[in-house]
Amino acid sequence: MSADSLERLAVAGKGDSTRTLLRVIILLLIAGAAISSRLFSVIRFESIIHEFDPWFNFRATKYLVANGFYKFWDWFDDRTWHPLGRVTGGTLYPGLMVTSGVIYHALRALSIPVDIRNVCVLLAPAFSGLTAYAAYLLTNEMTPSSSAGLLAAIFMGIAPGYISRSVAGSYDNEAIAIFLLVFTFYLWIKALKLGSMLWGALCALFYGYMVASWGGYAFITCLLPLHAFVLICMGRYSTRLYVSYTSWYALGTLASMQIPFVGFLPVKTSEHMPALGIFGFLQLLAFLDYVRSAIPSRQFQTFLWVFAGSVFGVGLTGLVVATSAGYIAPWGGRFYSLWDTGYAKIHIPIIASVSEHQPTAWPAFFFDLNMLIWLLPAGVYLCFQKLADEHVFVIVYALFGSYFAGVMVRLMLTLTPVVCVAAAIALSTILDTYLKAKSPIPEEHLVEESSDSTPKKASKSGLRASSKPYIGIYATFSKVTVAGAMTAYLLLFVAHCTWVTSNAYSSPSVVLASRMPDGSQHIIDDYREAYQWLRQNTKDDAKIMSWWDYGYQIGGMADRPTLVDNNTWNNTHIATVGKAMASREEVSYPIMRQHEVDYILVVFGGLLGYSGDDINKFLWMVRIAEGIWPDEVKEREFFTPRGEYRVDAGATDTMKNSLMYKMSYHNYNNLFPPGQAQDRVRGVRLPDDGGPVLNSIEEAFTSENWIIRIYKVKDLDNLGRDHASASAFERGQKKKKVIKKGPRVLRVD
Amino acid sequence: MAGKRKNAAAARGVSPSPSGTASTTSASAATVTTKVAPKESAPPIATTTNVFATSTQIEPTTTTTSTSTSTTPKSSGASKSSSSSIVDKGALPQAWNKVFSNLLTHYQDTTPQRTKLLDAFMAFLVVVGGLQFLYCVLAGNYPFNAFLSGFSATVGQFVLTASLRIQTTEANKGDFPSVSPERAFADYLVCSLILHFFCVNFIN
Repeated sequence: MSADSLERLAVAGKGDSTRTLLRVIILLLIAGAAISSRLFSVIRFESIIHEFDPWFNFRATKYLVANGFYKFWDWFDDRTWHPLGRVTGGTLYPGLMVTSGVIYHALRALSIPVDIRNVCVLLAPAFSGLTAYAAYLLTNEMTPSSSAGLLAAIFMGIAPGYISRSVAGSYDNEAIAIFLLVFTFYLWIKALKLGSMLWGALCALFYGYMVASWGGYAFITCLLPLHAFVLICMGRYSTRLYVSYTSWYALGTLASMQIPFVGFLPVKTSEHMPALGIFGFLQLLAFLDYVRSAIPSRQFQTFLWVFAGSVFGVGLTGLVVATSAGYIAPWGGRFYSLWDTGYAKIHIPIIASVSEHQPTAWPAFFFDLNMLIWLLPAGVYLCFQKLADEHVFVIVYALFGSYFAGVMVRLMLTLTPVVCVAAAIALSTILDTYLKAKSPIPEEHLVEESSDSTPKKASKSGLRASSKPYIGIYATFSKVTVAGAMTAYLLLFVAHCTWVTSNAYSSPSVVLASRMPDGSQHIIDDYREAYQWLRQNTKDDAKIMSWWDYGYQIGGMADRPTLVDNNTWNNTHIATVGKAMASREEVSYPIMRQHEVDYILVVFGGLLGYSGDDINKFLWMVRIAEGIWPDEVKEREFFTPRGEYRVDAGATDTMKNSLMYKMSYHNYNNLFPPGQAQDRVRGVRLPDDGGPVLNSIEEAFTSENWIIRIYKVKDLDNLGRDHASASAFERGQKKKKVIKKGPRVLRVD
Repeated sequence: MAGKRKNAAAARGVSPSPSGTASTTSASAATVTTKVAPKESAPPIATTTNVFATSTQIEPTTTTTSTSTSTTPKSSGASKSSSSSIVDKGALPQAWNKVFSNLLTHYQDTTPQRTKLLDAFMAFLVVVGGLQFLYCVLAGNYPFNAFLSGFSATVGQFVLTASLRIQTTEANKGDFPSVSPERAFADYLVCSLILHFFCVNFIN
């Protein structure tokens, strides 16, 4: 904005309607900025679904649009988890698909012919605009300053912590869930402030929508009771709290149970018990509160707390007993890993193997939130100063959220909203303090001026001690300095966000980009090349075995049945695949036959230096397999005696004979001059022994940059030989074998 | 029993002892009881003191009478040093008795007819919910969907009615500046509709 328009703003901004208009315009601009900053990936690459999970959501959405809601609800998918299949309709969060299905049909009804893929790709950016608005509403509940809401909106709009999961094409549950999260919190605060059943019910409805959309709804389920509990402990129980909490809980729990995947969980699992406990506790409190209002007496008050405390204790013991007796399911593994970061690594490798579930590194906070992270404590401090019910919420949320964000990278997402809100409160307080158009002149100073009638105060050193000098935040210098510094920080923030978004978060990871020596962009499209090959060259029901990371992509892009996919519901099945990959061919082949595997797909980055390949993930396969078959697969055997994980000549025999190793390096030597074969990811030279030999499978396809390699599982040999001897025969090693096997022991000394 | 009486005597007998303030509280509580007592079933004063004595041991531990009798000597021995606290806690059930009767009169006097209707409805819901729960405990929870939706319907309706009751009570006006009784009733209707929609949908 230019100075001219600022001036006009200052003059015209007096009127209420003008302010409202300006606010609407600013919010629209913010929404525009939020959406457009998420379009990097579409511009750089194309309108494509990203990564792994979105491919499943996309596939499910297509199914929903094609077959209607009821079929979608009852969908049994026999093309995943072969041969088990998956009750997909009952094991997914349908909110995302239904949302985009509704949008699709609405646009169709308006005779705007859109492709469902484009709806899916652009859903996340569209919802980010709404999230910015929700953040605005939430912040407005916290502070009377109207600038704080707008700041929170823009922070929410462009903070990389949120962009990371909501760029165009990142069609994941979080795309709409964060909007629902923030909006549910807004409705909760509203309900709490007004003590209105209607707002509580709205909160419950949006909570239900949130439950339908994302497993992270447990965050709300725990945070709202915690907030209520903290309020009660602070002695702030009020009838408003009762009305809002109970109407939220009664309706919200029922709403959440409508989702088949959630079902009875809200009454059976420990994650949901705090909410129930606080609900019961509030009933008692309300009753006692009524009694107290009827009979005011000091003894009664002590009695009240004794009674309430003992009932709460009894309830807690009851919960513990019920849990240990098995009536209530104990906390899930993912929740244990929230308390003890080492838990998952020991007990559930499948959870630990997901990079999103790793603890957050410190720089990630700065990377994702930039200056907001150091404004967070300031904002929380300001909340402490006011400390109304809603500020307690921000404090509780900030503590809770920052703990969880420290435990799991992925939960940075749930921290981002509160950071934006708190930072906006802090920043708007600074700006409001320093940017007051008129400085309020202190009383004493007024007196001084009237008696002295000289505005110069520096010359009068005698008066200086008696009167307040004209310095401090009213001085123009300090105003300009602080405002200038803040502007600089904000500009830096915007620059940082744009940079992070364009460089770190806009890659679809299905399509890779690299720079040519002349600086032009080179697209590496091996994934789609390979999936397209599968789609065109294999039977419609050819089963593809791959590590679970690629299951959704194979299902979505190649449309072929898979053994395991990113919905890791069956650990044993995944371990089976891990065992097949980690064992010798003779062991793997029967496993693959039993699962009717036709093709195996591996990802190999050695040629290109693509580090996210299967050899680097291999140890997880080994670990997961070891969890089920500890005496057949041993992680130790994949390490050299010195404890190194090597793939070159120093690799262990187990490693060299494993199917994964063989498939990765099969024929790799032929690309290089003899003895020059090199793995560019691990930066090692491979042994010059002709490379691994495969007997029971054969190479079917290798993509342009060797990222994807597909092998076909051979059928049983026609002549009943085992595969080793059959392929040895093919290679012309018949004589050798015969000589070896021949009866040479004629002479025995 | 003898121990209790003795203790009661000790507790009452401290009145001339140094801790005068505590004894006055106890005395006043006792007199209150005697005042209230005729209103109920007019028990003799001896019984009242007896109740008082029993309570002296019950409250500090909040356990059954049998255990409290065993602790009697200790508490009576310590009564001199910490008589004030014991008397304070001993006054609790005193207040408890008072609470019941006062509550009843307070309720009958100050509650408007409409609110009493609401209360009757809430009591009905409690009974229905209790019956369902009893059935679930006794006969098994086989159609768990049905049980859950039925039970949550009563619980939900109960809390909504309680909310309506709270919002329409005159004394709580200050808490809800923006909620008029009409608005509260409209909210109540909307929320009940949502609740029952979910219940019907969930019942299978």
